[in-house]
Amino acid sequence: MDAIEQGKCSEVSALLSEYLNLELPADACRDVESHLSGCESCGEFAESLRKTVELCHAYLPSAMPEPISSRAREELMGAYKRMLAARQR
Amino acid sequence: MGLHREVEARLAAQLLAGEPEAFDRFVEHFRTKIFHYSWLMCGQREDAEEVVQEALLKVFENLADLRDPSRVRPWVFQIAKNACLMKRRKSVFAPARELSLDDHGSHGDGADRELQIADGGSLPDRRLIQAEQRRALDRAIAALPESYKSVMLLRDVEELSTAETAQILDLTEDVVKTRLHRARVSVRKTLEEAVAAGSGHPGETHGRD
Repeated sequence: MDAIEQGKCSEVSALLSEYLNLELPADACRDVESHLSGCESCGEFAESLRKTVELCHAYLPSAMPEPISSRAREELMGAYKRMLAARQR
Repeated sequence: MGLHREVEARLAAQLLAGEPEAFDRFVEHFRTKIFHYSWLMCGQREDAEEVVQEALLKVFENLADLRDPSRVRPWVFQIAKNACLMKRRKSVFAPARELSLDDHGSHGDGADRELQIADGGSLPDRRLIQAEQRRALDRAIAALPESYKSVMLLRDVEELSTAETAQILDLTEDVVKTRLHRARVSVRKTLEEAVAAGSGHPGETHGRD
């Protein structure tokens, strides 16, 4: 791979998240697509980044909070009722 | 994950209209969301549990300020982020210096490029069973420097927009985009290493590092 090609790969890989987020302007988007279709290494990288984002969208962390205690719930309900009362004044 | 934004917005609108039937569902939903965010940001279950209650108290005290119920998710996360910051200031677990992903590989000599594209494409979506995948993501995200982690949690896990994330974290949209990209590249690499380690062929996918 020569220096110009490497420069293009760097340029494209820096834009990949914006590309995947559909945040790139149309001309930059076409530029990225044309590079990805011709560069195997960048194409694979883009695909693995897309999968990473997909995993994050479906991700539910493995720790869960303890069930809410009745005291904590009362505290929140109290704050909610005070907010409603204050708004009516 | 969890309820869609439209459902959240409806619950928030009901609460604002003084209909307490929505209360328990709203609380349960956002307790889990705030807990996950603060658990991954603080790293401590005890801190995260406290952040949840403190943030939800603020949510209910200030609910009348929520002008547009469709914005309830970013609005709640703004409060959660602040509660998390307060907790971290007081916590004995807070790190002395935050690492930056800029510390690795941006030497302008191609090292950054290598970090980004080394062994692309081998990240599986089915090779890790789901529980392992979750734990691998827990670790990959928890290992991110804080300022990248908050961006990734809000953008990719909570699916807030770039503009909403920028507003919550008090950053420009360009900074959000750059940090999100670096965070994704880093998480992708960590996941790939987890896969390689799990498959019993540790040299298989990261020979270029």
